[in-house]
Amino acid sequence: MSEDRRDSAMQGAPEPLPHAGGEVEEVKFAEKSFSQGQLVRRRFFRHKGALAGLAVLIFITVLAFSSIGIGSIPGWWDKDFATTGTVVDGGRPTMGWLTWGEHPFGQDTTGRDYFALVMRGTQISLVIAFIVGIGSTIIGTIIGAVAGYYRGWAESLLMRVTDLFIIIPLLVFAAVLGSIASGSGIWALGLVLAAVTWTGLARLVRGEVLSLREREFVSAAQAIGTGNWRIILRHILPNTIGVIIVATTFAIASAILLETSLSFLGFGVQPPDISLGSLISDYQTAFTSRPWLFWFPGLFILAIALSVNFIGDGLRDAFDPRQGKDG
Amino acid sequence: MTAIDNTTEQQPDGGAVLSFTDLDVKFNTEFGRVHAVKGISLEVKPGEVLALVGESGSGKSVTSTSALGLLPRNASIDGQISVAGKRVDEMSGSALRKMRGDDVAMVFQEPMTALNPVLTVRTQMVEALELHGKAFGKEADARAIELLRMVGIPDPERRLFQYPHEFSGGQRQRIVIAMALSCDPTVIIADEPTTALDVTVQAEILDLLRSLKDELNTGILLITHSMGVVADMADRVAVMYKGDLVEQGTVHEVLVNPQHDYTKRLLTAVPRLGARGETPPVESEGPKALEVTDLVVEFHRQGKEPFRAVDHVSLSVSRGEIVGLVGESGSGKSTIARTALGLIPAASGEVAILGEDITKMKRAPLKALRKRVGVVFQDPASSLNPRLPVGDCISEPMDVHDVGDKKSRREKVAELLEAVELPRSVANRYPHELSGGQRQRVSIARALSLDPELLVADEPTSALDVSVQAAVLQMFTALQEEYNFGCLFVSHDLAVVDTLADRVVVLKDGVVIEQGDREQVLRNPQQEYTKRLLMAAPVPHPDEQRERREARHAFLKEVGEKDFGLHIDAETPKSSR
Repeated sequence: MSEDRRDSAMQGAPEPLPHAGGEVEEVKFAEKSFSQGQLVRRRFFRHKGALAGLAVLIFITVLAFSSIGIGSIPGWWDKDFATTGTVVDGGRPTMGWLTWGEHPFGQDTTGRDYFALVMRGTQISLVIAFIVGIGSTIIGTIIGAVAGYYRGWAESLLMRVTDLFIIIPLLVFAAVLGSIASGSGIWALGLVLAAVTWTGLARLVRGEVLSLREREFVSAAQAIGTGNWRIILRHILPNTIGVIIVATTFAIASAILLETSLSFLGFGVQPPDISLGSLISDYQTAFTSRPWLFWFPGLFILAIALSVNFIGDGLRDAFDPRQGKDG
Repeated sequence: MTAIDNTTEQQPDGGAVLSFTDLDVKFNTEFGRVHAVKGISLEVKPGEVLALVGESGSGKSVTSTSALGLLPRNASIDGQISVAGKRVDEMSGSALRKMRGDDVAMVFQEPMTALNPVLTVRTQMVEALELHGKAFGKEADARAIELLRMVGIPDPERRLFQYPHEFSGGQRQRIVIAMALSCDPTVIIADEPTTALDVTVQAEILDLLRSLKDELNTGILLITHSMGVVADMADRVAVMYKGDLVEQGTVHEVLVNPQHDYTKRLLTAVPRLGARGETPPVESEGPKALEVTDLVVEFHRQGKEPFRAVDHVSLSVSRGEIVGLVGESGSGKSTIARTALGLIPAASGEVAILGEDITKMKRAPLKALRKRVGVVFQDPASSLNPRLPVGDCISEPMDVHDVGDKKSRREKVAELLEAVELPRSVANRYPHELSGGQRQRVSIARALSLDPELLVADEPTSALDVSVQAAVLQMFTALQEEYNFGCLFVSHDLAVVDTLADRVVVLKDGVVIEQGDREQVLRNPQQEYTKRLLMAAPVPHPDEQRERREARHAFLKEVGEKDFGLHIDAETPKSSR
């Protein structure tokens, strides 16, 4: 009996107090091994809103890319977004409750199939959003990590540059740069938008790095002679991954809105490219007479932005269970 | 309201001011139910100190928190809890709030976080008095001053208007105690009240708490993990282990003649001053593992004079020798350790590792030298990268210095895990899956992965439970004999240093007070400060501890200091209970 007890006291993890500091992840069964990634995945898949968001986003993405195809690869929808035709029934949507019809989303003024147009717009909006999300994450992470880890003049310089970017109104800044870059296609536009939206992430990452660099495992790494970049890449950044992923998700959601606003204002995607924003912009005058030309792209913008935000919510709860309700 | 007032006046019957009957607490968590307290019964009588001891996770804090009705919502509670004859488990929100403070008060572990840093002491003390309708306005101020004087805060009229940061740690704990006393509670729950304090301050706070029960007849539930504190304070002791009450009795019964295996083990695990006999001096040749000469470390402050944390310190560690660096918080012991690792720059002086001065060294040779130095830090929760599996943590130094290939690294990791008495399979686990003691073993394994000639250990066991600490220290000694590294062992615990070190250096305010062989410094100290430190360290035996306490009081009187009990003025008599 005493041997048993000794073993369990020495080897077994003590039962932690679940309310103390909210260290919920410590309450576990010694036999099962969970990595932090597994724990996060487990919590994420319990978040119903996030799962619904993920399902909607995947559905929209698959629909947009499979229906009209990518580049020269054809999709299952038989109409092309560029081909004009005769306007049937004033361009009204033919979609019924269960029927699809000839032009499910209707036709525009020149008789182009509006479903194909919306799908094309969704494709481009999604591509730009992901370029912006990933680009701004990379820029923001590098700037935040360097500023937070090295401190001193590097921090002062980088953070003042960040402040400079923040004080200029985003829309004006993006509009000026966007109108310069928009001639060169959507990739250039995406990168330009990424170059003006990294500021929030840079500040977040810097804050995380500032607290992580004081942790003892960083001191331990320094004491054994680990180089600075190895410390940043192997010891610090993996511990900020939660913050980064969550911020990226929200950056993608706001990039969708930023791109649509810019395109709506005429500074974003330029013809012959189409985005959801430019569709709304092109047909804003049709709102009273042919409202479907406004509603369908608007609905897609709403659905994409909402689902990405829900995914971000789920990820944040998964990475930081202390904010959860039933922890 | 009146009904509640009536019950407040009512004297608790049966004598107990705080009692738990068949208390059972479960927590619902993400991973199922955690059974934190498994049906325990306890009683605290007026003027009595009941010590509730146990290691982390034993459920002692959950038990005490339940008496205040402060458990989180995911807790389900069974059994009866009564405070001053009233059932806490049946109380509503407003009755609970009235009971907290009026009948039961709490003294927390960390006095800095228990006080609000942006409010003056006056605001916080008067708030407690006014909320409970004890005194208002000028009268409340006067009462607060009286309370501060009682707990031994000098010049209370002026200091009442100061902020918490203007007081020392010990004084802050006195203020917390004064606030706890403000509504004349019948019972005080002290949750590890001295754990965050230095030994000399701990002794003073314990003196104060002891006088509370004598002068005011307050019942005290003292929660602690330190057997020395129990011996010093308690009338009765209850031992908790994994949510169960395994032993209960008077302090003599439990500490001198323990019945349960767990209690016995706990007591043998407590490191004792003077338990280790004489040891032969360590002989070594060649350059010293670490030689610090005339070291000065300063921290720069904006707009102020730089703060001198280490002031002309010289010490050395030979190979195969453990040097204990002891001192209270703020004495600069960790700063010296970090400077020796090259993490903090030295303002002047020399730090030579294995004969080479690192203060003026370039990067490449410094990296090569660091290969020969290992380090173990204090906090097992933050000293391992939570994103890396344990095996990767241990092999990290080998990766950095490009030692061996993948296979030989893996073999070395397995060998090291065996050396620190952990199963090989731990290599694939993540740090958060391990207990504090296991993590600290992993830290030691990492420190030893390159066969260092010097190991710097900064309080490696102070965050661990005693039984875990004993096992880690034992292992540490065995490893030191096997690998024969020189070790700078930083600790605030004289008993730990006594069981481990060959030589001892005593620091105070960045200055070396005394250094020499362990026997000489700890058995026959020359300096007053060292004597004070030694006298303040409690031992886990009630009679022995009383003798030590009396000897300490006599010594303090000799050097001209007042005693530290409760100060009750003759002119302003305290309302007696």
